[in-house]
Amino acid sequence: MATWRPDPSFYPSPRMAAKAPRETVAYVAAFDPERARPDAIAVVDVDPTSPSYSQIVGQVDMPNVGDELHHFGWNACSSCLCPNAPHPHVERRYLVVPGLRSSRLHIIDTKPDPRSPQIIRVIEPSEIAERANYSRLHTVHCGPEGIYVNALADRDGNAPGGIFLLDHQSFDVLGQWEMDRGPQKLAYDFWWHLGHDTMITSEWGTPDTFEDGLVPEVLLGSKYGRRLHFWDLQKRKHLQEIDFGEEHQLVFELRPAHDPTRAYGFVGCVISLKDLSASIWTWYRDNDQWAVKKVIEIPAEPADPDLLPPVLKGFSAVAPLVTDIDLSMDDRFLYVSCWGTGDMIQYDVSDPLAPKETGRVRIGGIVSRATHPKAANGALNGGPQMVEISRDGKRVYFTNSLYGAIDPQFYPDGIDGWMVKLDVNDGGGIAFDENFFVEWPKGHRPHQVRLEGGDCSSDSYCYP
Amino acid sequence: MTTFWPWLSLAGLGAFHGFNPAMGWLFAVALGLHRQSRRIVWLSLVPIAIGHAISIATVLAVVVAFGAAMDLHSFRLAAALLLLGLAAYGALYGHSHRVRVGMRTGMAGLTLWSFLMATSHGAGLMLVPAVLSLCLADHSGDLAIASSLPVSLAAVAVHSGAMLAVTAAVALAVFEWLGLAPLRSAWINFDRLWTLALGATGIVLLVQ
Repeated sequence: MATWRPDPSFYPSPRMAAKAPRETVAYVAAFDPERARPDAIAVVDVDPTSPSYSQIVGQVDMPNVGDELHHFGWNACSSCLCPNAPHPHVERRYLVVPGLRSSRLHIIDTKPDPRSPQIIRVIEPSEIAERANYSRLHTVHCGPEGIYVNALADRDGNAPGGIFLLDHQSFDVLGQWEMDRGPQKLAYDFWWHLGHDTMITSEWGTPDTFEDGLVPEVLLGSKYGRRLHFWDLQKRKHLQEIDFGEEHQLVFELRPAHDPTRAYGFVGCVISLKDLSASIWTWYRDNDQWAVKKVIEIPAEPADPDLLPPVLKGFSAVAPLVTDIDLSMDDRFLYVSCWGTGDMIQYDVSDPLAPKETGRVRIGGIVSRATHPKAANGALNGGPQMVEISRDGKRVYFTNSLYGAIDPQFYPDGIDGWMVKLDVNDGGGIAFDENFFVEWPKGHRPHQVRLEGGDCSSDSYCYP
Repeated sequence: MTTFWPWLSLAGLGAFHGFNPAMGWLFAVALGLHRQSRRIVWLSLVPIAIGHAISIATVLAVVVAFGAAMDLHSFRLAAALLLLGLAAYGALYGHSHRVRVGMRTGMAGLTLWSFLMATSHGAGLMLVPAVLSLCLADHSGDLAIASSLPVSLAAVAVHSGAMLAVTAAVALAVFEWLGLAPLRSAWINFDRLWTLALGATGIVLLVQ
């Protein structure tokens, strides 16, 4: 239902969004790796003045089992204020929650009671296959033409993966987004530069190469994704492909600058086949083309093979495994999750081509099993993974699970879910909030976090 | 005096269209902010006004052509039903369209954008009662192409002039003094007002 005034959570520019009020709840995707009980969206109290701070205060279960909830997003956000396609009177109200394994889409209403969200519509995989020819739904972004959802495969589970559109009010599947996909086959993440009419997409692999876990032969053969694709956002046409080269595998999370006048962004590469290092690359505008530069390389850490899972034993080292990154609203700090070593690293990226490390904490990790002041058992497993930053940049939340079938390849003893929070110093530097540790209920593992009113990976802006 | 109010309503509708952020002033401001240039704000007003004027001129030309071919009663009925249908569609489905023009657009793209926005929102149709009453002023119940054409052109000029003046004033005020913060609170739902205006225009045609 349209309103008379714009949704108060919409901000014209990232500068204004950074002054938004503090979030009081976080929504967290939680899935059952055994696929025996329904996955859920959990509501975590993140208001420090509340008696239930750092506790799960609500939950909405999916109607089926085995969805594998992963990433999700809002139906509408600050891009509704864009001048070329303004829809400012749509409410940010519904979470659009896909199942990565089931390809089912859930629309969840957070409005009547933010702590007790309700499913209002379920879009079955057959409808998405019928109208958009896609399956294995991954990332959701609200944008100028409605809700954009990307998919890792076509309806039969093969390449190409791609993007389709949903109407942001009726949630009807509008169809495939691409008009000319050029050489693009694999899909993983996508986002855009609204100020530069450019969409960017990254690559993982087809479902047969990840749904039962990573396949070593595919990885060592450099057959997983290693490219970035740049698209004309309005013409929906592929413009340019950048290949990171045979050494680099799994080019994942895309974090373009929030300031729409800036034409650069960051992407994480999970692993190098040469030395197991992970890397962060900056894409930027170079005359009439896009270019990339490796700006951070995080080395693998030597380790006792006895402490390593079978996939890493032969290397006698822990790979950092950068599986998620996030950029603060002011485009100053980049947070890098090293799911293998257990580090969460903060870089000052004011100069996007020359980042400087400004903070680091360690928790979990394949070998380190670092603890948290509020954790009960003292040896945490899993590592920093899906990371989200509050709009004011003062708080960082993250969880510890990657993907049901891949978790046991690196953490063979299993993963006990947790969610933690960091406090950020104004000039850089991060530390654990010692009062915030969510020991995740057994049977579920937490994945992406979304913050009430928007966060640093939910909204895009048209004004500087 | 009897022909004064239609001109006033044409100018008033021009001001109404100019005030609507979706008709162009906001785009002009955004382009000025992106390119950090007051000149760009001013320059952008030209294609925005041209696109809007082409849209309403085209719609009025089609309407006048149909009006000349049909008897007045059925013409009024058809135009009224079209307006009410557009209002109902807007109320039910909103204005979601394929987005063809982005922030890197040039002047041609901006003209196209303004044309598409005005056309798809029925900006020209909203002027039909005023133009009809002007065309019928000298004739009793007969719409003649020969006399309607200059009147329609004058109507386009008055409407577009008012629209441009308001678009320029709002764009300048926001760019220079107000900034974008008021967007968050002061941007009332123009889509809804617009739908009401279309509906009201249809009813005026029915009872005129």
